[in-house]
Amino acid sequence: MEILVCTRRVPDTSENEIEMNGAGNDIERDDLVYSVNEADNYAVEEALEIVERTGGIVTVVTVGGEDDEEILRREMAMGAKNGVLLSDDAFSGADGKGIATILAAFVKKGHYDLILTGVQAEDGAAQVGGMLAAMLDYPFASLVNSIEVAPGKLKIAREIEGGNKEINEIDLPCVLSIQTGINEPRYVGMRGIRQVASVPIPTFGAVELGLNGNAGAAGAKVRRVDYFTAPEGKGAEMLEGSTEAIVDSLIELLKAKGGLN
Amino acid sequence: MPRIFAYIVHQNGVADDSAAELAAAARKVDAGQSPAAVVTGWGAECDAVCESLRASFGEVWKIANESLAYPNAELVRKALVSVLPAGCIVLAPHSHFGTDLSPGLSIKLNAAYVPDVVDIEGADGAALRLVRQEFGGQVSAHVRCDISSGAVVTIRPGAFKPLETAPAGGVVVDKSSTVGALTAGRRYLETIAPETGDVDITKYPVLVSIGRGIQEQENVAIAQDLADALGAAVSCSRPVVDAKWMEKSRQVGSSGQTVKPKVYLACGISGSFQHLAGIKGNPFIVAINKNPKAPIFRVADVGIAADILEFLPELTAKIRER
Repeated sequence: MEILVCTRRVPDTSENEIEMNGAGNDIERDDLVYSVNEADNYAVEEALEIVERTGGIVTVVTVGGEDDEEILRREMAMGAKNGVLLSDDAFSGADGKGIATILAAFVKKGHYDLILTGVQAEDGAAQVGGMLAAMLDYPFASLVNSIEVAPGKLKIAREIEGGNKEINEIDLPCVLSIQTGINEPRYVGMRGIRQVASVPIPTFGAVELGLNGNAGAAGAKVRRVDYFTAPEGKGAEMLEGSTEAIVDSLIELLKAKGGLN
Repeated sequence: MPRIFAYIVHQNGVADDSAAELAAAARKVDAGQSPAAVVTGWGAECDAVCESLRASFGEVWKIANESLAYPNAELVRKALVSVLPAGCIVLAPHSHFGTDLSPGLSIKLNAAYVPDVVDIEGADGAALRLVRQEFGGQVSAHVRCDISSGAVVTIRPGAFKPLETAPAGGVVVDKSSTVGALTAGRRYLETIAPETGDVDITKYPVLVSIGRGIQEQENVAIAQDLADALGAAVSCSRPVVDAKWMEKSRQVGSSGQTVKPKVYLACGISGSFQHLAGIKGNPFIVAINKNPKAPIFRVADVGIAADILEFLPELTAKIRER
């Protein structure tokens, strides 16, 4: 099976506290540590496991700039055979639909049986996979947390409310958004990354993809104006002082609230 | 302003709580317009849902079709595309079904898409101003959306308070005949209930709940020690289950268990809305997190900015000493 996994490089929220910049209109970007979007890692691992069972090739793709090559190499070190960068100044300012348009143009240049995305990225939008499927007229399923391969189709489970699993059959080719926890992504060491450091990564721009100028800012109907810090709401009463003092006040509170007899 | 439609999720003949929230969100898009509800389904259950919505919507568009008896997003999308007028605004809940349906629906309607909206500030001409959150709720963002060719907007469950309004006295409009035979490349087979675990976290009045801040599987014992001292159970958030450090049956959240404890100690949990959706009954929430900006501190009653790996053993020791 030929599998394409769409990935994205994002600020790693387990490594960074996201803070506002001095002007109060954007996040502070200077010291951010970036990594591959967590859910995308699960998608790549799932693709690799499917190929190990059934044969085939895994290709990873991202829309971005030179800095984004590092995540392609990381996923290639995991075992993806090919990495492809879709990059063009004309793509900057793309909204979710723009990203899906760029990816759809790339998909049409090849023939993939299965396209995977992570369930969502740092913006929580969970949109590109579903849009891409609709553009290609492929079936789509979101929140997938298990995949079994059958001839011409897959049996998949979706994670729905209350821990229930919704079991579906879906025809190939299709697009799936992969939920975290579906597998245990393999470890990638520095050695693995060094081994793929010099593998060429082909880059496709708007002309190669046959796109006009509308995939970027010009065609974007949705635009983030600024970031801001939400009002605190009721906000927690912060316990401060020495650890001992905090422990003592917390124990009194737990007693008062029925947490401790 | 284009016409506004609310897509109603329902189960067993009863509309989801999101129906009233969508009605409230629609008023924030356009206070002067009575939004229409759209219901897809089949048989008596579909009819019962339509009837119940007449109180809160001026019009209820019914799309009854045998193939829509179970809400398969691809079939629902095809039905909606054949019924909805060009350029309209569609609101849907940002639930597991909403994320399945809405991105593709926006493409097929050639409409803009804004997912997981927590507030709507209004419209300036053809631009709608909305509020979203990013980075797991650590920061918010103002978003402008061009609605000149319509929009699909998904609404975060619980973010919009239902309005107290006079009964709308709506009419049910049957649009079923507009929809022909529907087929999909994806077919629903069955729903499998979760396996029950060794501990039923829904039965405990006190929960020691752990998140990513627990860092390693062997540290789970630190939380278990505290739970033992308190007579509590250990529950967790999604990353702990993803890492296979605890069973799925211990997970609190929209895709896990719904709990109603008296006291909830959120330890190293950032506080995503999916996690908070699983905490009901207004418990006393204590948040312990080394990141003082973590969203959990906005909803907690008491907060402690500390590393749980250092703080929890101190707390446990002091409780045991008593």
